[in-house]
Amino acid sequence: MNTASPTLAAAPPAATAYRVDPAAAVAAARPRNTPAETVSQTLIMARRALKKMRRNPEQFFDVTVQPLLFTAMFAYIFGGAIAGGVKNYLPVLIPGIVAQTVLTTCMATGVQLREDMEKGVFDRFKSLPMARIAPLAGPMVADLIRYLIAAGLTFLTGVVIGYRPHGGVLGVLGAVLLAIVTGWSLAWIFTWLGTITKSAKSVQGISMMILFPLTFLSNAFVPVSTLPGWLAAFVKVNPVSHLVSGTRTLANQGSVGAEVGWTLLACLVVVAVFAPLSTLSYRRHL
Amino acid sequence: MTTATAAVEAIGLRKDFGGFRAVDGVDLEVRQGEIFGVLGPNGAGKTTALRMLATLLPIDGGQARVFGVDVAREPHRIRQLIGITGQYASVDEDMTATENLWMFGRLQGLRSADARATARRLLAQFDLEAAADRPIAQFSGGMRRRLDLAASLITRPPLIFLDEPTTGLDPRTRGQMWDTIRGLVTEGCTVLLTTQYLDEADQLAGRIAVLDRGRKVAEGTPAQLKASVGDSTLQLHLAPGADQEQARQVVLRVAGAEPVLTPESGRMNVPLDTADRAADVLIGLRGAGVSIASVSVAQPSLDEVFLALTGHGADAGEDDARGGTDGTDDTDTFASRPTDQIPQEVQ
Repeated sequence: MNTASPTLAAAPPAATAYRVDPAAAVAAARPRNTPAETVSQTLIMARRALKKMRRNPEQFFDVTVQPLLFTAMFAYIFGGAIAGGVKNYLPVLIPGIVAQTVLTTCMATGVQLREDMEKGVFDRFKSLPMARIAPLAGPMVADLIRYLIAAGLTFLTGVVIGYRPHGGVLGVLGAVLLAIVTGWSLAWIFTWLGTITKSAKSVQGISMMILFPLTFLSNAFVPVSTLPGWLAAFVKVNPVSHLVSGTRTLANQGSVGAEVGWTLLACLVVVAVFAPLSTLSYRRHL
Repeated sequence: MTTATAAVEAIGLRKDFGGFRAVDGVDLEVRQGEIFGVLGPNGAGKTTALRMLATLLPIDGGQARVFGVDVAREPHRIRQLIGITGQYASVDEDMTATENLWMFGRLQGLRSADARATARRLLAQFDLEAAADRPIAQFSGGMRRRLDLAASLITRPPLIFLDEPTTGLDPRTRGQMWDTIRGLVTEGCTVLLTTQYLDEADQLAGRIAVLDRGRKVAEGTPAQLKASVGDSTLQLHLAPGADQEQARQVVLRVAGAEPVLTPESGRMNVPLDTADRAADVLIGLRGAGVSIASVSVAQPSLDEVFLALTGHGADAGEDDARGGTDGTDDTDTFASRPTDQIPQEVQ
């Protein structure tokens, strides 16, 4: 903490022999970013987020513990009751857990952004001639790693306790990819929440309220046929069900079903709506 | 004489937070190459005005131009012309000084090697080389402030905004910051700074605008400003039990001016045309039998300038009414303050 007494006087600016030229600066100032600059700024912000992850490894807690714990827990608790055995339940359960962990990871994206936005450094980001979307999109690029860990680890845990996906390596890879894409797309909703709410806590609260019904009122853990009619109707339109079904066909059959198409379409709509909304409210909010 | 475009030209600048008008029709003209001081107590609207000029807050009314470029219409261009250093260091706490400067350089289009060279140059210039690879969380207040200023200078912008650059710094660090600010101007920069301290404005600024409750109440050189309150101030500390009202009467009669009283501590400040009048006041008090514990003659304080300009003391202002959300404790002052506490007279 203690530093050798700093002397600013020892820095005579005259020695730099540099003259600032306002007229030249005005002439050089460009009215807007080029797309290439926007991409480069987003990647710089992603790099910042990665650096932070490396320094705070506890950020990986949710994406490591949840897949391990939930997979094992649900498999052994519900396996017998729902599918007559752990082994039979795993092909149903694993894609469900993948969807669930990826969704909770999305939530963390929004909560962390909100926390980050309250820090002084965001004031500087705002004062710099940089793309307004870069501070939002940067961390989301870095979060791709988190989705990869969450989805990958869930499959791995499943395999360890006896899951044998019939889709083969390619099918599983496809399923992981689908989960990552969906997670990244849905994260824009939570990023948007991060830009409109007052605190990280409220992002967390609101997100839980959305996520719990969405994940549990889906086909993630139980066959739809066991549900009462009105609930089944909701479960069938729940986007999470599409993700789960899409992941199942990829991992268990190795084929790209219509569900995959629906999931990707939903992702596209979410990004198209919430990415501009987030940028807009970030711009206004701050 | 000013054929060059003004560095800052603001006309009727206005900012509303809900029903509260934080900045109310402020005109500012900052000439190229000068240090311009915006002086005022907490809540005067200094920071809000600055944040509007720096594109950090939308402008609700009026017009502002920086080197002829419209702030509201071309914010992206403005951001290439300015550097801003706030009251709280806007650097990344989790990264080292070098990493911070490198990142800000990269974000402004410098290539990686150039950004690294610039970071090294600035760290040397601000005497932070020894701390280059330490995380900011371990920095002292003065070091943070210097790093923050360094981060504002990466692309050598021609206009620097400094929001209370020395608030919270110890006297020595403060003097160093002043030297640095003067150095910026010798490089050809223009500096617009806000401050609560008259001596700071006096030391640095060629011209000063005084803000109070969102309005500009005075503008001029430091000398002109001080002349309006008298050259010096007699600071009296009355002995316990001394008759304060009687002392006031004596001062009023002898010096011809209303003293600023702090009844609880028995302190009394008397504005004087010249320091020589101090003796007259003391003789008058002696004659009236008012005992004095201590006495000193000093330059007028901001408090007195305020009293003279506005009719109320500087501490009468509300808590800092800043509009930004820059991640500090008091940023949400506005959002969290019930409307009924917002002073009615400003609506």
